[in-house]
Amino acid sequence: MLRRFRLEEPQSVTEVSELLGRFGESAKVYAGGTELLLAMKEGLVQYERLINVKNVDGLNQVTADNGTIRIGALCTHHQLETSSVVKQKLAALARLEQNVANVRVRQVGTLGGNLCFAEPHADPGILLLALGANMIAERTASKREISAEVFFVDAYETCLEADEVLTEIRVPVPEGKSGVAYLKFGYLERPSVGVAVALRVDGDGKSIEAAKIAVGCAGPAPKRVPEAEELTKGRGVDEAKTNLSKAGEIAARAAQAISDLHGSQEYKEHIVGVLLKRAFQNALSQC
Amino acid sequence: MSKAMLRAADAQTIPLSFTLNGRLQELAVEPHELLLDVVRERLGLTGAKRSCDVEVCGACTLLVDGRPVSACTMLAFEVRGRSVLTIEGLADNGKLHPLQEAFIQYGGFQCGFCTPGMILAAKALLDENPNPTEDELKHFMHGNICRCTGYKKIIESIMAAAKLMRESRA
Repeated sequence: MLRRFRLEEPQSVTEVSELLGRFGESAKVYAGGTELLLAMKEGLVQYERLINVKNVDGLNQVTADNGTIRIGALCTHHQLETSSVVKQKLAALARLEQNVANVRVRQVGTLGGNLCFAEPHADPGILLLALGANMIAERTASKREISAEVFFVDAYETCLEADEVLTEIRVPVPEGKSGVAYLKFGYLERPSVGVAVALRVDGDGKSIEAAKIAVGCAGPAPKRVPEAEELTKGRGVDEAKTNLSKAGEIAARAAQAISDLHGSQEYKEHIVGVLLKRAFQNALSQC
Repeated sequence: MSKAMLRAADAQTIPLSFTLNGRLQELAVEPHELLLDVVRERLGLTGAKRSCDVEVCGACTLLVDGRPVSACTMLAFEVRGRSVLTIEGLADNGKLHPLQEAFIQYGGFQCGFCTPGMILAAKALLDENPNPTEDELKHFMHGNICRCTGYKKIIESIMAAAKLMRESRA
């Protein structure tokens, strides 16, 4: 059962920001509602007001802009899994989106909502970290660009200010001989471990020029793991592969895995290492 | 006056006009009313079932503008101006849809609780992809759970309906 709440239906980002400023913690932005409404039905959270942002124009488009893919925060998972731009330029993201939850959740749930709700067992944030994405946050009189690396603070917590609205996700298109992979492991629809690897190799494919590694789902928030990246970046492909076990151990610690119904901490740490090796191989094979 | 009554007196209503199984419906809903409750309790169409209540099982699947949604977790006002199809609206003037025929012919159900959701999800799949591979079918349908675990017959039914629908179009 949902408790009674009032609905606000602003038409612009400025109005959304004003409403958030006026009503503070008694109001919450509502987009797809696939996660928020569940928490409200369970009585885990309660709001006097929901601010429906779906009438705000211009937040549900995907556009390619000079080497960057700009994704409106209201784009649904279904839109992203079927977008020709995403499939062509960010194939790893399209594949991830094809496997978010189920067909009904993908139809309604939005990427922006997923990121702002910051549920730990979510796929997109992990890959966006490895892709070097930035989030655009707007409020009444200002706009800022936030690196995915600082966006996620803790479980269910982002760095957004109370009256800030996530409007866009900007993802740089991988350049050169590059490959990107996201792999997850979990029971049914709930990922327990997610690992993303983005690589770029040099012209003759013998060394790793750039590497980004991110982990999530196992712990409170997705994290990039620079120490693991250092073991592969600037190294020959064979040396980098040899270092993957060590990189996996570092990534497993960075994941801050917790023990729960879906596995013990040790088990999830082991899986991080396994997925890291596989994701690395997968990304390398695309280069 | 109790707090609950005060809050009820304060209720916000939203005019809701939408197409339900091809017919215009006009009513007023409160923001917190769920589509499943409106369809089942207010409009009396009980084909869609409340089961897991957390968007996982698919028993409450309805099609909104032809696409599957979990009615258990969709606010009713969201279907303003849209077209909703429930299992009750699938047959055409008493003539069963090929999916319904196939589920009967191939025994695509046991207890039947998941069947309305299964058939509507399968309709969305076949409207989008008339000739799915078995893998594509399983991927699309994996969010519809049959607690009797009678999946083999369900898959056979949908594949048979797909064939029937392709042939009738040809």
